[in-house]
Amino acid sequence: MTRFLRQMFTIAAKDLRSELRTKEAVNASLSFALVILLLFSFAFDPTSDMTREISGGLLWLVFAFAGVLVLNRSFARELNNDCLDALISSPVPGPALFLGKAIANYVLLLGIECVCLPIFGIFYNIHWTGQPAWLALVMLLGTWGMTVVGTVFSALTVNMRLRELMLPMLVYPIMIPCLMASMQLTTPLLASEPISGDMLAWVRLLVGFDIIFTALAVTLIDTVLVG
Amino acid sequence: MRQKILIGIGLIAAGLLLRNIWLMLTNLPDEAFQGAIFRIIFFHVPAAFTAFLCFFASLISGIAYLRTQNLKWDAFSVSVTEVGLAFGAANLITGMIWARIIWGIWWTWDWRLTSMLLCWLLYAGYLVLRRAVEEPTERARLSAVMSILSFAVVPFVFFSIKWFRTQHPQPVLYGQGKMDTGYRAMLYGNWVPLLLFAIILIAVRMEQERRQRELDALRREIHAF
Amino acid sequence: MKALAVESVWKYYGDYPALRNIAFDVEAGQCVALLGRNGAGKTTLLRILGGLSRPSKGGVRLFEREHSDRSSRALTGIIGHGIAVYDELSAYENLKLFAELYALENPHKAAMEWLERTALDRVKDSLVREFSRGMRQRLAVARAFLHHPKLLLLDEPFTSLDDRAIALLQSLLRDSLAEGGTVIMSTHQLREAMELASHVVLLNRGGMAHSGERTAEMLADTGWLYRNYGDA
Repeated sequence: MTRFLRQMFTIAAKDLRSELRTKEAVNASLSFALVILLLFSFAFDPTSDMTREISGGLLWLVFAFAGVLVLNRSFARELNNDCLDALISSPVPGPALFLGKAIANYVLLLGIECVCLPIFGIFYNIHWTGQPAWLALVMLLGTWGMTVVGTVFSALTVNMRLRELMLPMLVYPIMIPCLMASMQLTTPLLASEPISGDMLAWVRLLVGFDIIFTALAVTLIDTVLVG
Repeated sequence: MRQKILIGIGLIAAGLLLRNIWLMLTNLPDEAFQGAIFRIIFFHVPAAFTAFLCFFASLISGIAYLRTQNLKWDAFSVSVTEVGLAFGAANLITGMIWARIIWGIWWTWDWRLTSMLLCWLLYAGYLVLRRAVEEPTERARLSAVMSILSFAVVPFVFFSIKWFRTQHPQPVLYGQGKMDTGYRAMLYGNWVPLLLFAIILIAVRMEQERRQRELDALRREIHAF
Repeated sequence: MKALAVESVWKYYGDYPALRNIAFDVEAGQCVALLGRNGAGKTTLLRILGGLSRPSKGGVRLFEREHSDRSSRALTGIIGHGIAVYDELSAYENLKLFAELYALENPHKAAMEWLERTALDRVKDSLVREFSRGMRQRLAVARAFLHHPKLLLLDEPFTSLDDRAIALLQSLLRDSLAEGGTVIMSTHQLREAMELASHVVLLNRGGMAHSGERTAEMLADTGWLYRNYGDA
């Protein structure tokens, strides 16, 4: 068990180190996020009350669009020099490999989100600090759901031609329940309203989504990686 | 023999369908609020049933493929998914026609419509994934995984979209709760021929898949030397 | 002791059998040259032995253990077509990474030892991206030998290497064989392979054409094997 965890964190540390060294995905993702934030301002009047009503949705659209750029690279970066073969033929169990990569993606995604959130607040005049604990929880849960789905599909499509073109078509429909729950929860939080009553159902949905897809991913990853 | 059975099933399905249409037009009175167009529900609802039955079959055959490594399960999986998509499309289109006449709009983001559209996209994604993999065994393995993941998300889709939409105003829907028994009998009665048609389509598609595999093996045999 | 037992392995791509009923045993200490034309199934077989692919039928046993057992992976070392090291990490980081993944006692020591043996200790903190071709190849060799594998699987090892890396690889292979290690290599370079090999396995169209000891005729005349067992 401790060996499993050590191997998992070794993979996560390796991915983070090489990403932070090249910053390929992070730079692309952050600049894309900025572009989307700018584009939204043309789609509607950014000062109106409507902005407040759809703020959660906007924020998670930014996260989802920018996040997939990072997730996309996760297994693709192993293709260079056939590194993926070296990892699969090593004693590292598939689930440790998967979870290690997922953790690295999770950290990167959360980092990008933490940069986007204040920018979003400034551009659209939204006070996002009203419910910091709840907002953090929703971001942690929602981002993990996105990460797990994205990382699985990154593994699933790693050897396919036209991977980049195909991935959005596969990933977003699966992510929708997770994104929808996060959007629903984030909108009142950005208006500094606490989560209570009916809204807790969305938190349960997020937790359920995270658990089921993590379990499925861990179960299926060996099937995905070894033909 | 196989072909004769399929033609037999087809004849039965066509006979049932003609009888049902005849009964719908002559025996069942127009619905009080909706008039003649309500009859589309006898195709709309069974199409949805068939589509979801197909998607479920795709999940089962995906799991069966991963267990047995038998490519027949993969052929079954792709066949039912395609037929499921066809019936899903029939469901969406009949729904839109109905909505246009009753509500005056082609589309509304009602939770049922939205869920069906999303499921349709999910399984369209399955077909996109298949087209991207060239080697049949790898394709079977990866699409089985895709099928499992897709089906796992279906309940989430339904619950989330239902919660989402019930918090928002929506057009009042048909009162399905108090449907007349005559209508209900016709609803299920018309499912039988549609299901039979689905079975024929699946059988034809599976045969195509088998030939495709044979061709692929021959092509590999030639290219190997 | 039996290092490897290939038990009637079949591999299908769709309905096409790329490997048909492959069966042979390798005793510890043997060096097997895996021969055959392009498309005969050498790479497919090596990928199955390395755990990168699963046989459709039949099985593989490594040192009397089921191959599906993950712990048996620690016993194999693989050199494939790619160099399998990360361009954006330094030489030291690469070796330490793999030492950690193989759960070696002292990853730092193992990494340093192999940097020295491959004469890369001078540049240990430079990124692999900045390395010359030969340096990258030596690092790839170090990566494969790092965890002292008892079974080495080499796919066309001599084709992409430069002279210095070939010399390094050959000397490491000889050391490994002398210590009772086992080597299986697919190759086109018949002469280099025959000099090292104690046994040969010849594949033809996915089937076994011949398996047995490497005889003197094979060393003297590299075409002998194909003429006698292949479909020349």
